[in-house]
Amino acid sequence: MDKLWLIIKREYLTRVKRRSFIIATLLTPLAFAVFFVVVGLIFQYESDDTRRIAIIDEGNVLKKSMKDEKNLYFKFVNDVELDVLRDNFDDFDYDGILVIPRVKDLMSKSYTVYYYSEKQPTLDIESLIRERVREGVKDYKIEALQLDPVQLEALDTKVSLEPEPIDESGQDASKLTGAIAAGIGGLMGIIMYIVVFIYGMMVMRSVMEEKTSRIVEVMISSVRPFQLMLGKIVGVGAVGLTQVAIWAVLIPTVVLISSLVFGFDSNTQMEMAQSQAATDINPEDAEAMIALAIEEFNSLNWWAILPLFIFFFLGGYFLYSSLFAAVGSAMGDDLGEGQSLTIPITIPVVIAFYIMIVAIQAPNSSLAVWSSIFPLFSPIVMPARLAFSPPLWEVVASVVVLAGSSVFFVWLSGRIYRVGILMYGKKVTLKELGKWMFYRD
Amino acid sequence: MSSSILSLDNIVKTYDKNVAVDGVSFEVPKGSIFGLLGPNGAGKTSLIRIITTITRADTGTVFLDGEKLNSRHPEQIGYMPEERGLYRKMKVGEHLLYLARLKGLSKEQARDQIRHWLEKFEIEDWWDKRVEELSKGMQQKIQFIATVVHQPKLLILDEPFSGLDPVNTNLIKDEIHELHNKGVSIVFSTHRMEQVEEVCEHIVLINKGRNVLQGKVVDIKNQFKKNLFRIEYEGQLPPGLEERADIVEQSGRSLTIQVSEEGRSNELLQYLLQNGVFVHAFNEILPTLNEIFIRQVKE
Repeated sequence: MDKLWLIIKREYLTRVKRRSFIIATLLTPLAFAVFFVVVGLIFQYESDDTRRIAIIDEGNVLKKSMKDEKNLYFKFVNDVELDVLRDNFDDFDYDGILVIPRVKDLMSKSYTVYYYSEKQPTLDIESLIRERVREGVKDYKIEALQLDPVQLEALDTKVSLEPEPIDESGQDASKLTGAIAAGIGGLMGIIMYIVVFIYGMMVMRSVMEEKTSRIVEVMISSVRPFQLMLGKIVGVGAVGLTQVAIWAVLIPTVVLISSLVFGFDSNTQMEMAQSQAATDINPEDAEAMIALAIEEFNSLNWWAILPLFIFFFLGGYFLYSSLFAAVGSAMGDDLGEGQSLTIPITIPVVIAFYIMIVAIQAPNSSLAVWSSIFPLFSPIVMPARLAFSPPLWEVVASVVVLAGSSVFFVWLSGRIYRVGILMYGKKVTLKELGKWMFYRD
Repeated sequence: MSSSILSLDNIVKTYDKNVAVDGVSFEVPKGSIFGLLGPNGAGKTSLIRIITTITRADTGTVFLDGEKLNSRHPEQIGYMPEERGLYRKMKVGEHLLYLARLKGLSKEQARDQIRHWLEKFEIEDWWDKRVEELSKGMQQKIQFIATVVHQPKLLILDEPFSGLDPVNTNLIKDEIHELHNKGVSIVFSTHRMEQVEEVCEHIVLINKGRNVLQGKVVDIKNQFKKNLFRIEYEGQLPPGLEERADIVEQSGRSLTIQVSEEGRSNELLQYLLQNGVFVHAFNEILPTLNEIFIRQVKE
């Protein structure tokens, strides 16, 4: 135990004290902040391209009402002939001519307006014009058909679905529960995916370095190969936890500071996205949504989710990093040669990632359920499902299977590792790795 | 207490279907410098890995100082592998401290020992240097210190001089002798015979996983000697010489002869002196270990 502790300490301290670690740990949140600021600025960017559009409203459908926008000006020129405008287009200083023909058939559901210009209308101008004309034509038809606008307004019913539990003691979900859970689940899944790769690879590289620098035989004349491998895995895992913990504090802090400094918050982006997607949500609705989202976020059972997340973090990390250690031990001095050995490890990780994406859309599908029990997938899939409050038995099954399998895989990798680290100058195949497991000590 | 520091009894080790060690037995007398010899691939490293508890023998037993080999024993063994290296990013002091503590030394003991060795090699100021800043020769000194820092009673050196520059070779040879004088038993594994002849008292010769030859170097040489003698002389050789010995080679004033059996050399010398030959030198030509080695391996 003493020796294991010495190894863990060395593996941890040499990494944490390394300049590259300190830089990566501090720069990543900074990179997030820069990304955040840049995205914010892009969203805030508005076209500085001024457009002036002449409107010829032949049937007076719009009743000369077309509100100007920033950088976009409309002028009704109903008494000017289109041909005159087109012939003297350059003199008039307009960027486009919008021709709104008479509404010939009040019952027709389609209607076409014409836009003359040298340049194609931009997408936002096009959609703005279509929306305005649609409303204008609607009002025009209401008037012409002598309908009651209030009654018509009442026809347009907004429907929302409120999920309710069958059992009264069950957790009450709101219409946002699914979306919030998907967001959190996706984020957790992605973190797991990155953790497995970054720190698993770190273990693999470190095993290879010990082998190529020829320190490994000196080491295992003092400690058992298994202790050396386990010490490395635990040490690097502690480095990973340290780094993730620092990021968990620093990234929100830096993002908050940068949003204060640059004067926009994440809600602006959300609102902008919303206002483009659905123009009919009014600001009060949006605010209510955000309040509900925050409430939903807070109502999640974080006391269960966070410890479970840490468990899956460790379980997945132990399972995969031990496999990476086994492969690293089999690699010779030539990194490229052994690269193909990592493929059997990376494939399940990538598959798990895609299953995770499907699972946050259908968290109770049988694919999601079985993948969150299968130990090679569960470290990525299960954290993504945690926010959907999966049934208890599934969580327990997943935890038990993962705990058992990580112990098994660490043991199995140890069997490969002890042979691999002493094997030099030989190109190793997967089949041989399999044989090594059965070598006697 | 056993008279042997190390005793191997019928060790067998197979990898896959490949028999690396096939029933090797030998004893290393306490306090001796012992040569474990054999061509490349003979099974030397496999044996050493068993002795250092890196691997385990399939069958057979190893005794260290009379005790069956167990997991506490590595702390009494200092092993310098043929393939040796250091953590490049670590500082010399912390590196040695780490290795020493893994050998069971307390922090204080380890620090004292490391100071002692660094002073001995006059490299005290290397404590805070990174390993990667050191030249290869400098790293070899550190590797040697790492091997002996925990004061092992058995030192196992696998091809210790491979890759050493002449200065370090001498330095390490001196240290080996000094440790030997202090009573440390040393196993020396190599395929370079001339090194063995210089330092070893006992040897075992391994080939294809079996021991071919073992014993005291002097005894082995006697066992394989062909009763050859070189005589340097002045004067006329007596005509009856050829009846008493075979003349193998004759050039100028130098003569190589072979006598039929051990004691005959004295009679021959006497005969030469009686017949008025002036003898400058009369030497027995013993086979070198290299010759014995090659002959045995070829058989």
